[in-house]
Order: sequence, then structure tokens, then C-alpha cells
Amino acid sequence: MAAHESRLHIPPSPARPGEPPDFSYLKTSPAGSVPRPEITAPLVTIEPLASEMVRVLDDAGTAIGPWNPHLDPEDLQVGLRHMVLTRRFDDRMLRIQRQGRITFYLKSSGEEAVSVAGAMALRPDDMLFPSYRNQGLYIARGRSLVDLMCQCLSNTRDMCKGRQMPVLYHWGSGNIFSISGNLATQFPQAVGWAMAAALKGEDRLASSWIGEGATAEADFHHALTFAAVYQAPVILNVVNNQWAISTSQKIAGGELSTFAARGPGYGIPGIRVDGNDFLAVYAVMQWAAERARRGNGPTLIEHVTYRASAHSTSDDPSRYRPQEEGRAWPLGDPIARLERHLEVLGAWSADRQDRLEKELDAHIVECWREAATYGTPSEGPSLDPMTLFEDVFKEMPKSLARQRDELKALLGG
Amino acid sequence: MPQMNLVQAVNSALDVMLGRDPSVVVMGEDVGYFGGVFRCTEGLQRKYGEHRVIDTPIAEGGIVAAAIGMGVNGLRPVAEIQFADYVYPAFDQIVSELARLRYRTAGEFSAAVTVRMPCGGGIRGGQTHSQSPEGIFTHVCGIKVVMPSNPYDAKGLLVSSIEDDDPVIFFEPKRIYNGPFDGDWHKPAVPWSTHSKGDVPAGHYTVPLCRAEIVRTGADVTILAYGTMVHVAEAAVRLAGVDAEIIDLRTLVPLDTDTMCSSVCKTGRCVIVHEATRFSGFGAELSATVQEECFWHLLAPIQRVTGWDTPYPHAFEWEYFPGPARIAAAIKTVMEAS
Repeated sequence: MAAHESRLHIPPSPARPGEPPDFSYLKTSPAGSVPRPEITAPLVTIEPLASEMVRVLDDAGTAIGPWNPHLDPEDLQVGLRHMVLTRRFDDRMLRIQRQGRITFYLKSSGEEAVSVAGAMALRPDDMLFPSYRNQGLYIARGRSLVDLMCQCLSNTRDMCKGRQMPVLYHWGSGNIFSISGNLATQFPQAVGWAMAAALKGEDRLASSWIGEGATAEADFHHALTFAAVYQAPVILNVVNNQWAISTSQKIAGGELSTFAARGPGYGIPGIRVDGNDFLAVYAVMQWAAERARRGNGPTLIEHVTYRASAHSTSDDPSRYRPQEEGRAWPLGDPIARLERHLEVLGAWSADRQDRLEKELDAHIVECWREAATYGTPSEGPSLDPMTLFEDVFKEMPKSLARQRDELKALLGG
Repeated sequence: MPQMNLVQAVNSALDVMLGRDPSVVVMGEDVGYFGGVFRCTEGLQRKYGEHRVIDTPIAEGGIVAAAIGMGVNGLRPVAEIQFADYVYPAFDQIVSELARLRYRTAGEFSAAVTVRMPCGGGIRGGQTHSQSPEGIFTHVCGIKVVMPSNPYDAKGLLVSSIEDDDPVIFFEPKRIYNGPFDGDWHKPAVPWSTHSKGDVPAGHYTVPLCRAEIVRTGADVTILAYGTMVHVAEAAVRLAGVDAEIIDLRTLVPLDTDTMCSSVCKTGRCVIVHEATRFSGFGAELSATVQEECFWHLLAPIQRVTGWDTPYPHAFEWEYFPGPARIAAAIKTVMEAS
């Protein structure tokens, strides 16, 4: 009788608290080493890019290789500013949450390049379908921090009228779609949006972001299937920050294959990029955008990055990963790396960095002061509870109007 | 006036809307070249092209998600789910996304999507081609839920649904696609040409999404029904020989409580009929509403006649189906209670 050798495989545990950080699983490519195919290149020539890693900045902070987007120092400074603002804003909002002035917060620290470089590589009228860790998209597109803060406060100026948890923003006129608390739903919606754009003959594309953990949802498969079938002008971004709350990217299916490698199976180019390399992210997004605009269809991009902070204010990563893991992350910090590059170009200094941080901190404080005037949990004006019955339908049905009147009477209105 | 069955009425509504409004697109499994497994989209792709009548992959979740994205980008997609029984992979996209988009963005984003799906049994479809899941959707805030009982209403309600800026789940009772089935499966099928509601105008018209219709006026008992069960209730009333008032709800959300409650206040008795299972079914909502609004006029406890609380069977379809005999027995119960 043949031996029965089938065993349930549980992917090896990542380094846990008390153990040394271990990123030996992470495969990288030297900066400048990965070729840049033509946007019209056949899938088979693009396919190796799914297992390589596009990198532009080398360890010395020099931009090298065919993916160098040759951005002006002024543009790089803008990118740096957006990234620093995103990080300082996140840090400030975290402290505000810890003081009990907002209910919840979720930082994007360590992942700023993914959003900021992404938004800068696209046009303002391209439609963005973010996840909840893409605040850099809002910053890069210039949404006022006051508006973002008011959303987190659920106050009288909250764009969501108190209907969403903090950070689940939306921005109609800024072409950024509403963030759902349910993961991955925006991925196939972005494809549908892009299909409509193509159907209407518009020169606009959609770009969506999800975490590597959420790629396990059926929505991911639906998005890639529809994007491939209809060659939709869409950029599908997987932000592989190594952690889905407490489970490693291996539990999401990253042990034996990269997330970018999902693409070619659907007929979609998959490109793996150093997500902490501002220039590489910009270049790959630009390549994918050009492809989409020229009618060559969708691109799947895996941004390899590291979630430097907790999943959210409801999470404590010291319970499941080594404290010092972030420092051991091989791809460094996106802000420090861009600073270094600008210094190499002679377009930045420690002093300028210091002044920038002070300026942005003062701006954030100023914005918070203004946001608070529109109401905080303890003082100032508050939202009219009667608004909670609005926008369920375009016109309020009679049955709902009766419930509104009931609450009104109860509140003595 | 042209005569149409319910399939042709649905087809005509889609045809009219595709013709009138360039933002309308039809999408779903087999809806394009083939014209749909029930023929509801027959000829539409030939007439309007592959870009307006779109064959999709077999992925209900993807169909609804793509429709939402299209809706956000200004189109009015009409998505077909081949059988209501197949809708569950799209459940999250309908419940968490489509239904709540307007609310969660305080009106900044919305998607005017209509999701059509054939429902109900009586076609030997077993548990995966016979369900009536309307009660699952009426429980979700932010979507309208419609189920016509005849070709005239089907077209007018579907046109209204497509023109509506809110998302609509549009159920098509497949047992009455070809004729007004009265619940007696032994009898030869009757075509819609024998029924006044088989007369369907060729052009554009609407039936509003908030109004029930009194299909038979009566004094002694009110029967609340929708879809196929309207016709079964009519047969039951003939069988029971009572002067019943039959109300076809047509739109379950928003619900025309005025029409139904003023009828029950007049008759003092109420029988609720649906094909879906009983426990937590839509009939429970109707019963509670009637109790709240009409309690002092009631002469007898409200009765519900529904499918049994089992999956829809294949072999014992007619034992499962709430046919005229069961409805007549419920009518008798309320008549004898007072």
C-alpha cells in the first residue's frame, strides 16, 4: 500500500515577538536592473517583472536604470512635502485619537510613497478607488486637512454627515471614491468605472488600491477577470505591506508566488515594485497609466512596502510581531530615501527638512484649531441627529419620515 | 394595443429605455448574443450593439460591482442575475455597497443600478432555481424592491426602476413569464393573451414604484399578495366563494401601506400570501404593519400562507407551493373566526 503523504500545510509563521526579525523570504532586485518594456510589449516579455522588483533608487540615493522617471527636483520636493505632510498628519491624528477626541484612527506610515507617487503620476480627472490606508491620495490631490479632520470628528462639516468611521473619506469633485469598511469591494467597482469611461470614449482611467490580505477576497478575482475581459483602462494596485492585522502575507497567499504574478494568469501584466522607492512607484504608475490611455488595458502592480505602524488604533502589533521588525525592513523608509536622493541632487538639506516639518506641523495645528470650531465630541456645534434619516433614498419615503418624526418627538424637537 | 407575455414586456421595457437613454446599458450572463436564458434580452444586442448589451463572465459579484462602478460613472446599468438563486455571490456588493453608497457619502456618490432576476418556483427547478429571496432584500435599507404580477406592470415598473435614481432589485416571477398561472398545475397553461394585463403599450410608460393595485374589490377579507401569488389568490377566492379584496403590492419597498391598511380596516380580515418561506419572511412585516395600523378593525387573527420553512424541493414542488387550497383554507379560517 502506498504511503499516505498528504499533509495540511500551514505557511511558516513570520518572526513573532521575542524572535529576531526575519525578512529572508523577501526577494528584491538591484536598483536599475529590471528592464522597462514598451507599453505595447507582449505579455510574455513583461511577465518576468512580476517576480523581479522594479527599483530606481540605489543605496546611495542615486536614481539609476531604465525606470528612472527623470523628475525635476521641484516635483520631487512636492512629492516629499506630500509624504511628510501625510506622515505628520497621521501622527497628529493618532495623538488626537489617544486623547479621546476622535473614536478611531488608522495610519499609513511607511506606505506614503505608494499613494503620493501614485496620485502624482496620474491626472487629476482620473478616478481613484482607495482602500483605507491611502490618505496620501487626498494629500497629493490637495484636499484640505480641515475637511479630513472634520470627517474624523463626525462634526457639522463632516463630508459623510457622521455616517462613516474616521478615515473612510470620499471626494466627489476630487475624483476619489468613497472608502468602504468592507475590504476589496472597490477593486471590481473601479473596473466597472473604467469600463464605463471606455464605453463613453472618455480619456480617463481608474486606479484602485487594496492590501495584499484582501486579494484573497472574490472581489479581487472579479476585478482581474472583468479588467482582462474588457481590457478596461484601470490600474489595479496591491499594497503588500507584509501584514494583514496579525497574519503575514504568506497567509494571504504570498508564500509561493508574488501578488503581481496573479496578473499574467488573467492576461494582465503584473509588475512588482519597491513601494518605498518614490521614483519607482511613480515610474511604474506612469507606465501603467500610459498603457491604459493608449488602449492597452489594465495593469496589476504589487507595491512591496511595510506597515510601519499598527493596523489601527484598535490594534497592538507588539502582540504578534517583533518590536524591532520595522528597523530591519530591507527597503527602508520612503521619506528618508527620497530625502537622501534630493540631497544627492543637491536639492535638499537637513535644515530644509527641519523647516519643512516645522511648517507642516504648524499647518496641521492650525487646521485642527479650525476643524474643532465645527464641533468636537465635547464642545462646539454638533450635527443635527435628524440628518441621519437623509440620503437613504434620494427622496425620503413616508415610512422613514415617520421614524424621523418619532425621534424628533423623543428628543423634544 | 400589442399583446405581450411577461418576457416580451421586460424586453420591451429594456428596448424602450436603451432607445431613449444612451446611458442605459444591459449586462449579464448570456444576455447578449443569445438573448438571455429566458429570452428577456432577445434581439437587443443586435439592435443596440455589443457595447450596450454586454455579455459578462459568470460572476454575479463582479456583475453587480462593475454595474456600481458604471453607475458612479454616470451610466444606468440594468444587470441581470440569471436566477435569483444565484444572487448570493453579489450579496456584499448589493447590501454593503449599492444600497449604502448614497448614504455613506451624504449624497455625493450614488449608482442608479437596476438588478433584474427571475424568481419563484413551479418550474421543476429544485432548490437552486426556485427561490423567492425578496425578504432578504426588503430588510436592506437603501434599495427598492419590486415584483410585478403581469406584463403591463412588468414593463411600467421596469421603466420606472431604470429611470429611478435609487438602486432597484427587480424580481420577475418566472412561473408567470408565459401566462397567468393560478396554482393548478394540472390545468393546461393559459397564455397572457387571455388576460387584460397582457395588453401592453409598445412605447414608453411608467407604473410608479410606490403604489399597490386593488385587483379585485371585496368586502369580507383582504388578501395581500404579489407576483405569481396574485393569480393563485384569485383562484383561491373563487374556490372559497367569498367577497374578498385582493391587493397586488407590486412594490415591496417602498410599501404602499395606505392602500393595504385602508382595505383591511374596511374588511376587518387579512390573509397574507407569498411563495417565499414563512419565518422572518416579508409576510411577517406585512402582518406586523397591519396589526399596528388596523388592530381595532380586525375581526380575526391575521393569517399567513407561505412556502414551508424548507429549501425548495424538487420532487414535492406542489406540496411545497402555497396553492389555492391552502389559501382558501386560510380564508375560511378568518371568516369563521368572527
